[in-house]
Amino acid sequence: MGIQFDEMSNGIIMDVLREIGNIGAGNAATSLAQMIDKKIDMKVPVIQLLDFDEVPELLGGPENIVCGIFFKFEGDITGSIMFVLDQKSALNLVDLLMPRDNPEFDEFTVSALMEIGNILSGSYIRSLSGLTNLQIKISVPSLSIDMAGAILSVPAIEFGQLSDNVLIIQNEFIETQEAKSVDGYFFLIPDMESYDVLLGSLGVTL
Amino acid sequence: MSTMVKVGMADLKVVEHPDALTTLGLGSCVGICLYDPMSKVTGMAHIMLPSSKAIRKNENVAKFADTAIDELIKQMQLKGANKTRLTAKIAGGAQMFSFSSANDSMKIGERNAEAVRAILKSMGIPIKADETGGNFGRTIEFFSENGKLVIKTAGKGIKEI
Repeated sequence: MGIQFDEMSNGIIMDVLREIGNIGAGNAATSLAQMIDKKIDMKVPVIQLLDFDEVPELLGGPENIVCGIFFKFEGDITGSIMFVLDQKSALNLVDLLMPRDNPEFDEFTVSALMEIGNILSGSYIRSLSGLTNLQIKISVPSLSIDMAGAILSVPAIEFGQLSDNVLIIQNEFIETQEAKSVDGYFFLIPDMESYDVLLGSLGVTL
Repeated sequence: MSTMVKVGMADLKVVEHPDALTTLGLGSCVGICLYDPMSKVTGMAHIMLPSSKAIRKNENVAKFADTAIDELIKQMQLKGANKTRLTAKIAGGAQMFSFSSANDSMKIGERNAEAVRAILKSMGIPIKADETGGNFGRTIEFFSENGKLVIKTAGKGIKEI
């Protein structure tokens, strides 16, 4: 646990997370396409370091109701991963998997979202595992539908231990046939003690 | 005309009568509201973590319960508040996601609320109302007129403490 969190090491850590996020997003799009058996286009992920206050603005402001799907991962490294969607994107995503006449936020939607979240997060973790040669497995998901500010406080607090910024990976998936688009936001948050294992596995020393 | 002043995440503000303070979408963070009923000087902090001590990157005093409360009181005193008259109301500290094998980091909301209570107690500032915990977000509004705290939730209504 020799990591010193200063400006320089924060920069390196953020670069590493950025790269992992980029690769993970590509794999997540592939998994999504396989799951719904339709062609999925993915825009180049937008990866940003934002101030705490700017994060909820991406999702329509702190009081806008959004859907967060949260996982813990454990193994050689531990941490958490969160996937956040606004309500429209969440319904679009479920609709791609299982088209319905009057899509609404019911129990079916919630369990479908947990399953989709599971598959997308699993593909993120698999890319991370492949890249680092570390053994990592993820927990079952926990889902919350609530104010964006409240849901995003979870990754903000985790990142808050080392920085005044939050690293956010924005993915836009577009199903080409019906042109339904899904805007999703990923947060990949290793626990503090896992940073040196993660960075070491990638050959990065601070 | 009174103004509603916004307090962001890891932020703190002090207003005077007749203005009010609000913070939107509190989750595991805690909103700390301090009030001097005589001068009506009113303060709010939106903290993210219990303590600045174990954290190297701790320049932002509003991010931590310990340093935020100190700073909030200092700024309220500059506007004429008397520390011995201050009372507190706190809200937030939710656990937005739950797991059966919940480890310590998942209970950060609870730890934040506990830290805030302990610090206020050590300073002799009485907590008049405490609306923490649960698994839902809260928007809070704190009024300098009477020290009233309004709590709004998504789907669980509005309440006043």
